[in-house]
Amino acid sequence: MRNFFAVYTKELRSYFVSPVAYVIAGVFLFLSGYLFRNILMSFNFYCQQFSQRSQFMSGAGMPQLNLNEMVVTQFFGVMDFIWLMVVPMLTMRLFAEEKKSGTIELLMTSPISTVQILMGKFLACFTLYNLIVALTLVYPLILEVYGDPDWGPIWTAYLGYFLLGGTFVGVGILASAVTENQIVAVLLAFGGLLLLWLIDWSATFAGPTAAKILHSVSIIEHLQGFQRGVIDTKDVVFYLSFTFFTLFVTSRVVESRRWRR
Amino acid sequence: MIEVRNLSKTYGDVTAVEDVSFIAEKGEILGFLGPNGAGKTTTMRVLTCYLPPSSGSAIVDGFDVVEESMEVRRRIGYLPEFPPLYADMTVSSYLTFVAKIKGVPSAQLKSRMDEAMEKTGIAHQRNNVIGHLSKGYRQRVGLAQALVHNPSVLILDEPTVGLDPRQIIEIRETIKALRGEHTIILCTHILPEVSMTCDKIVIISEGCIVGEGTPESLMSQLKEGEVLRAQIAGPSDEIRELLSGIDGVLDVVDDDTAAPKDGDEQAYIVTAAPGHDIRDLVAKRIVDGGHGLRELRGLEMDLEDIFLQLTTQEAEA
Ligand SMILES: Nc1ncnc2c1ncn2[C@@H]1O[C@H](COP(=O)(O)OP(=O)(O)OP(=O)(O)O)[C@@H](O)[C@H]1O
Ligand SMILES: [Mg+2]
Repeated sequence: MRNFFAVYTKELRSYFVSPVAYVIAGVFLFLSGYLFRNILMSFNFYCQQFSQRSQFMSGAGMPQLNLNEMVVTQFFGVMDFIWLMVVPMLTMRLFAEEKKSGTIELLMTSPISTVQILMGKFLACFTLYNLIVALTLVYPLILEVYGDPDWGPIWTAYLGYFLLGGTFVGVGILASAVTENQIVAVLLAFGGLLLLWLIDWSATFAGPTAAKILHSVSIIEHLQGFQRGVIDTKDVVFYLSFTFFTLFVTSRVVESRRWRR
Repeated sequence: MIEVRNLSKTYGDVTAVEDVSFIAEKGEILGFLGPNGAGKTTTMRVLTCYLPPSSGSAIVDGFDVVEESMEVRRRIGYLPEFPPLYADMTVSSYLTFVAKIKGVPSAQLKSRMDEAMEKTGIAHQRNNVIGHLSKGYRQRVGLAQALVHNPSVLILDEPTVGLDPRQIIEIRETIKALRGEHTIILCTHILPEVSMTCDKIVIISEGCIVGEGTPESLMSQLKEGEVLRAQIAGPSDEIRELLSGIDGVLDVVDDDTAAPKDGDEQAYIVTAAPGHDIRDLVAKRIVDGGHGLRELRGLEMDLEDIFLQLTTQEAEA
């Protein structure tokens, strides 16, 4: 436990002493802020059109404008793609840098288990991820000030991001463990995540059984329920087991040095 | 104590270490000497549980490096070839981190760190960022890192690389001062380093052990064969034949390293079989043959020669 904590604080510290954490948080908040603004503007535009039209139409045939559906869901739907690009940059150095600089030799020859090293690194990165995610709470708060959003789906969407983050960081850390080149680690993580994302797409052309399988491994498919305010155990289990799987494979990769004779 | 038995390590097709066995007794400094690419680092990596042996075994303080790796890792301090430093950390935060993962109890943390910094002379650099230190100070931080948990076994892979001559002497003194408390393996390709600091020397070349013993025993072992250097005036073919004919002489070669002398003077290196003192005989034959004996002296073989002889023999084989 103490070992784990030493690695955890060391990793977290190194995010904050280098500009990495600030730059990534800054870029992320800028992009998401920009998107949020655009989504709000278009919502505003619809509202105006809507109120003009409603002078001529009335009654049951009129569609409802919903702040949650039109702003919240859309915003969260775009944010996950930004994370897909950002997380590999957070994870790239975790193992690759240790291998490149030779510090992995210190870790591997110290009385500390691979699981402790891995969990220290994973949770440090995951903490940073959640800190940046927490900063985006400012957008729903803005909505709260000017409108009346339904907080239920917002909280479930954040739960979805929490779970998704674990998976993203898991894939990223695995990519970092297989190479000593940080650029390669970024590209592998990005490619891997994108594939897991787009796999959903090919389901459209696949047979019924294949489509079902493809749907079920798509990391994005499982997020949609959360964004609509639905917590499905199936989705929770998917993210948790996916995260566990990537961590397990990573620990095997890191350990492999010890048994490759 | 460290016991290595028939250790081999291959990387794919490359055999880096082959059938290496040696023992380092408790409290002694063992010099692991070899030219570049001999397999020193590879052997140390096996001893520190970084790499598994391909075959054979290594026991550190009674624990097997494969079976009881965690126990071994608790007991070793290791300075790898490239000091494993985090450039963005300060010296003291780095040493704190290392002490923690090495299992130093919180209560002893501060005193252990102070002692390690004291011994390696970096106490005044404690608040500096490692990335901004000079190469020599980084090397010292690497050494402090290996000492911080007061390990019973210390493994140092070329600890004086990149240091200036004064620092080299200081570090050697530091290492010597650790004798007794710790069992130390010192890897190097620098001869004076082992002859000055080590109790025992193991010479490795191309993955195999080619010589082993105390500095003195290594020297006497090879000094059995007497070597003479003779400077003689006269026709060289005739002289070479004459010298070769002497009872007990194994080999006669020209000493080309000497500056050419005037006339027909030439220096010869004469090697005799062990136990033959040929000095009188050589002098007598030369003078009897009517040649001019200008100089005759026995050559001291120093460690340098032994090292070269052992490692080049291996290379030729
Ligand atoms: N990771 C590796 N993969 C393949 N071959 C390797 C690897 N590491 C070392 N070798 C080879 O093993 C042999 C021994 O290397 P090693 O690093 O142990 O030598 P060394 O004695 O430490 O040399 P030096 O004095 O230059 O540090 C060399 O021929 C080297 O090329
Ligand atoms: Mg080496």
